Amino acid sequence: MNVFCVGISHHTASVETRERYAGRVFGEDSRAALGCDEVLVLATCNRVEVYASAGKPIATGDIVRFLEDCELPGTKPVDAFYRHDAEGCARHLFRVVAGLDSMVIGETEILGQVKKAYAAARESGNAGGQLHRLFQRAFRVAKQVRSSTDITRGAVSVGSVAVDLAEKIFGDLEERRVLILGAGETSERTARSLCSRGVNDIRVSNRSPERGKDLADLVGGRSIPFQDWREQCREVDILISSTSADEPLLTPSLLAPMLRDRRDRPLFIIDIAVPRDVAPEVNEMDGVYLYDIDALQSIAARSLATRRQQIAAAETIIAEHVSDITARSGQHPRGESPAAVDPPVLEQRAIRASQ
Amino acid sequence: MERQLLLASTLCFLVAVAHTLATLRDGVFRPRRFNFIAIALGFVFQSGFLSVRGHALGRCPITNLFEVFIFLAWSVALIYLLVGPAYRLSLMGAFTAPLVLLIQAFALLAPIDTPHSSRVPANPWLEFHASMSMIAYGAFALACVAGVMYLVQERQLKTHQIHSIFYHLPPLTNLFAAITRLLWLGFGLYTAGLISGFFTGGPLPRVKMICAFAVWIFYGGILQGRHFHRLAPKRIATLCIVAFSAAVSVLWAINFVSQTRPA
Repeated sequence: MNVFCVGISHHTASVETRERYAGRVFGEDSRAALGCDEVLVLATCNRVEVYASAGKPIATGDIVRFLEDCELPGTKPVDAFYRHDAEGCARHLFRVVAGLDSMVIGETEILGQVKKAYAAARESGNAGGQLHRLFQRAFRVAKQVRSSTDITRGAVSVGSVAVDLAEKIFGDLEERRVLILGAGETSERTARSLCSRGVNDIRVSNRSPERGKDLADLVGGRSIPFQDWREQCREVDILISSTSADEPLLTPSLLAPMLRDRRDRPLFIIDIAVPRDVAPEVNEMDGVYLYDIDALQSIAARSLATRRQQIAAAETIIAEHVSDITARSGQHPRGESPAAVDPPVLEQRAIRASQ
Repeated sequence: MERQLLLASTLCFLVAVAHTLATLRDGVFRPRRFNFIAIALGFVFQSGFLSVRGHALGRCPITNLFEVFIFLAWSVALIYLLVGPAYRLSLMGAFTAPLVLLIQAFALLAPIDTPHSSRVPANPWLEFHASMSMIAYGAFALACVAGVMYLVQERQLKTHQIHSIFYHLPPLTNLFAAITRLLWLGFGLYTAGLISGFFTGGPLPRVKMICAFAVWIFYGGILQGRHFHRLAPKRIATLCIVAFSAAVSVLWAINFVSQTRPA
């Protein structure tokens, strides 16, 4: 295996440093300029990495200098670059695609970004047989890690926890109606998360109508006069509340008559205001699911803890795959023949590890 | 031969339950096709048993409480295999397998397989009545399973205690829709079974009729409460469990009465 990887990531460099290297375009002449047989660049907001294969040794400095070609004059090169060779490179790539090297452990966006980078390298002719085998294996590893462990389980931000819960109450969110009470920043983020899952009926009610209208425009919703928000509770499925009221705006006695008109439709209330806008007793009412900021944060923290617990299982899967490809490339590090470790066997081992 | 088939079937359901318990013990509940396959295999063995027993009897094998329970377990597995794909497959299996195992294990262990001294003559109306009623019980059992799933999910959402199983359970609204569909299916089949009972030709035992109508009214009441939105979804889920428990108890009473006049 002649592959290697040189790069910087959020572990080794600040965003200012990373963005200096993110803009380098790898054209068809890149391989010749670097002296590599194959080359692929992965540039995301958290990392800039070059994966390459070469028949002769290529110094890390050469890669770094090549990356720096496009940077502004007067900036100094950084020593934040790391290098992984052969199976070390495979292990690193597998960790990256599995989300183990990400800022948020287990995040899945990186897999799409790696796939995109790989497709671009294939299209430009920069990626050949070696990188093809490595990256195809990486995609298999990512799939196996996701299906055999709970590394991607649960949401780890308040907005995504709220969306997960909404989906567990309502299923498809497309037909759901959302009322945002108080146009705060967290409300906006949560509303955006809901929009990303298909919600298209969003109503915003704010004491200051201008700010309410601004937010409504931002999330593609409509503004509702603040004095009418209670009437909306009869219609909406999800209520996101974040006003600065000193007293609870919604109590069981206020909500009870509205629930009578809702028949079997559940009401999901996300109260992110401090002090709280909704009396906690509301959660005891049939069909009402109330989550305050503490409850949401606690679920996010538990999800993160679960993901951390799954790291060992994911690392086991990765180690098995690294051993396998090393064995297949003729190095036989653990005395296993190339055909000795089949993917189903690896999966079984990973399942045992996750248990 | 028939005993071995039944034991093999019970073993399949036992394996499905053990698998579920093992995954729950590890704290990471991950549904797989394992439960579905184990239940399907158990169903094949159940069918084999019922076929052998049916041939021996020369009629549908629902002549004593033992056969009634095996037929009921078979109906539950059948309805699960038919409607299961509409849910998260393996997960509903995780809830269904223990129920089937319980029914079947009871039938195997209790001394209720009492053979009839004389060969029971075949009566198509009677067999239709009994089999429809049993399959309806299968649908009610699945409604009960969906009710348990609903209550588990609802409790997690209410208490904010989110466990691994939460991510594998279907959404509340989908579960409620499933409960409603299963109730209607069971109620339709049960009504057909009840009506066909009047065409069996023989005298209708009073206790049997009262019990059968009590079950019909109970389920009819639940559906009426659902239709007119008089009952909250959580209450309907709870009532599905209560109703099925009551219906199984009633089966006993019906069988007791039928001992003098086999179903």
